[in-house]
Amino acid sequence: MKTVTEVFMPQLAESLVSATIDKWLKQPGDTVDMYEPIAEIITDKVTAELPSTLRGTLVKILAGAGETVPVGAPICLIETASEGTAAAGSASGGTEVAAGAASAQKQAQTEGDHSMRGRYSPAVQQLAAEHKLDLTLIPGTGLGGRITRKDVLAYVAAGGNAGGLRQTSAPQTQPAAIPSPAAAQPEDAKHAAVRSSGLHLSETPRIPQVEVEGQPIPGRGETFIDVTPIRNTIAQKMRQSVTEIPHGWMMIEVDVTNLVVARNKLKDEFMKREGINLTYLAFFIKAVVNAIKEYPIINSVWAVDKIIVKRDINISLSVGTEDSVITPVIKNADQKNIAGLAREIDVLARKTREGKLKLDDVQGGTFTVNNTGSFGAILTQPIINYPQAAIITFESIVKRPVVINDMLAVRSMANVCLSLDHRILDGVICGRFLQKVKETLEAFDAETKLY
Amino acid sequence: MARMEYIDAIRLAMKEEMERDEDVFVLGEDVGVKGGVFTTTKGLQEQFGEERVLDTPLSESAIAGAAIGAAMYGMKPIAEMQYSDFMFPATNQIISEAAKIRYRSNNDWSCPLVIRAPIGGGIFGGLYHSQCPESVFFGTPGLKIVAPYTAYDAKGLLKAAVRDPDPVLFFENKKCYKLVTGEVPETDYIVPIGKANVLREGDDITVISYSLPLHFALEAAEELAQEGITAHILDLRTLQPLDKEGILEAARRTGKVLIIHEDNKFGGIGGEVSAILAEEMLYELDAPIMRLCGPDVPAMPINPPSEKFFMLNKDKVKEAMRQLAQY
Repeated sequence: MKTVTEVFMPQLAESLVSATIDKWLKQPGDTVDMYEPIAEIITDKVTAELPSTLRGTLVKILAGAGETVPVGAPICLIETASEGTAAAGSASGGTEVAAGAASAQKQAQTEGDHSMRGRYSPAVQQLAAEHKLDLTLIPGTGLGGRITRKDVLAYVAAGGNAGGLRQTSAPQTQPAAIPSPAAAQPEDAKHAAVRSSGLHLSETPRIPQVEVEGQPIPGRGETFIDVTPIRNTIAQKMRQSVTEIPHGWMMIEVDVTNLVVARNKLKDEFMKREGINLTYLAFFIKAVVNAIKEYPIINSVWAVDKIIVKRDINISLSVGTEDSVITPVIKNADQKNIAGLAREIDVLARKTREGKLKLDDVQGGTFTVNNTGSFGAILTQPIINYPQAAIITFESIVKRPVVINDMLAVRSMANVCLSLDHRILDGVICGRFLQKVKETLEAFDAETKLY
Repeated sequence: MARMEYIDAIRLAMKEEMERDEDVFVLGEDVGVKGGVFTTTKGLQEQFGEERVLDTPLSESAIAGAAIGAAMYGMKPIAEMQYSDFMFPATNQIISEAAKIRYRSNNDWSCPLVIRAPIGGGIFGGLYHSQCPESVFFGTPGLKIVAPYTAYDAKGLLKAAVRDPDPVLFFENKKCYKLVTGEVPETDYIVPIGKANVLREGDDITVISYSLPLHFALEAAEELAQEGITAHILDLRTLQPLDKEGILEAARRTGKVLIIHEDNKFGGIGGEVSAILAEEMLYELDAPIMRLCGPDVPAMPINPPSEKFFMLNKDKVKEAMRQLAQY
């Protein structure tokens, strides 16, 4: 037999309480295989495909595209073929007609007391509706003249329903025009069988309807832009970071002339061998990771009564798209060489632009690197990626006259900026940290091992 | 087939299982040399030796704990609690360890353990030799609980419990030991855990019970039949998991249900059975669900008049059955 089962919004990450349906990949009537993606959902962080937990046919979509659904709420119904017995299938079945043991003799005993005459048990009402009986005509033998289930069965067995209600000529199986409880029950039962566990919501919560205008309103110089879930998350996280974390800021300038020379020498060969760009960013992340290893406190989180220092060094990488910024994570960055980092950067940047990031790709970051030089900045004041302790930027490399040994030289210079959580970090430690980054960067040259 | 006492059926089940499977062993207080305070394990140590019938110190927590460890290691222990009243020092082992091992190890480990414990009063045992502790363990998923009434079921359920891959509490009724006799095959058979059993068919009322009170219900039904009241009597046999289908089928037969147990009413098994009926078949009920149980006082009293007041008997059960029939 077929059963209809609800599919629920899964808990994709511990912190997640809801997700938005982006679009449905399956429509009612489509067959769905186990683990086959049925919808795309947008969480706070990424777009993900939602796999089916069942094999069957999609019957109904309960939450349309654009709706935000709490975790655990039903989003669609899938019909599966199974041998499961319907728990509530015997709504009208289980009543067998007993032998008509007329109990008229008992009636005499209870003649005097009729206090229970009008109290009909559910079983009696159901039988009466089923057989279209007028209960006032049935003698009651129960306590206080109550009509028992047995009385009704005896009455039916004795052919009592011939003198029943008006619709006696109608076929017994045909429900009366008035919706009786018996007729309504199979409907309820069917509905009840759908749910086996989870939240018992009578209705999927609706998202509020907000008037959103895409075009300028005549007479007003304004345009309304719908806030996307990702924009909303960015806004929340930024505000949380700025209001909770007392930001400190530092900058240091780095002479990367040797690095520029080295990269120019290595990049074509690298492209040929690896098929990807050898970016400055890979060198920069290497330098940052080296410095974090020397000063592990940079890799920590403020926990009010303690500071949690993270052992794993997972570098969040700020990747900008046209309308948002996302921070995919290079896991265990300290265990990767420069070539490995370059590859990781390439993969994550491409996934970000194509919208293919998995939730796992954006979780677990412990320190953030922002390549602000890529959009031409020479000085920025980044906001810490909450709840991390600091964020570092790598600004544009520009040629500048620099005094070396009292002589002027034209060198490739870049600024490195650090925003820090001043609850955890102070100037001395950050100064040393930046100094270490600077030293490593300036030490890179053509002899540097990429592998 | 032989006619034997309930206690003999239990002993026979252990004997047969120990002969069948070398991993099965018995441990408990005085189970060895003495053969158990009720003689339930009499003769087992002579047959299987000291290493498979272990006399333990007076520490129920240690009995349960050692049995759990052995079970996890692949043995199939039958741990005896001399009286179910003495089980409470072992509840932490049973509820927090045995019941959760499979779950918390994600199926890597299991605990094929049987804990036998005699329940029930009416034997002049007083506060600490008469309790029915099933409601204490009843709400613990991960435990199976059986409470046989017939001698046939006592043997078949104990054998099923030994072979079950998970912990099973086997609540035998100490008053039934000698009171209940029945035909018990001397062949190998099991009674499946989780299945209730209709002991008597009838059309006026449905009585749902387990363990000793069934004895009173069957006697009462016999007498009521002469008054024209026929009772449909269901023996739950397994308390966890409850046989929902069996309960509903029996209740649908008459639409009038009386639940009887010796454990006190509040928080007892009857409440859960009643909830199942209310949830699943409200529209087929012909009368309010009735319960007849032990009173909500701390324990079985020792003085005879109070013990009589506390215990169920044929007359109390008959009166309740008649009331429901007349409703």
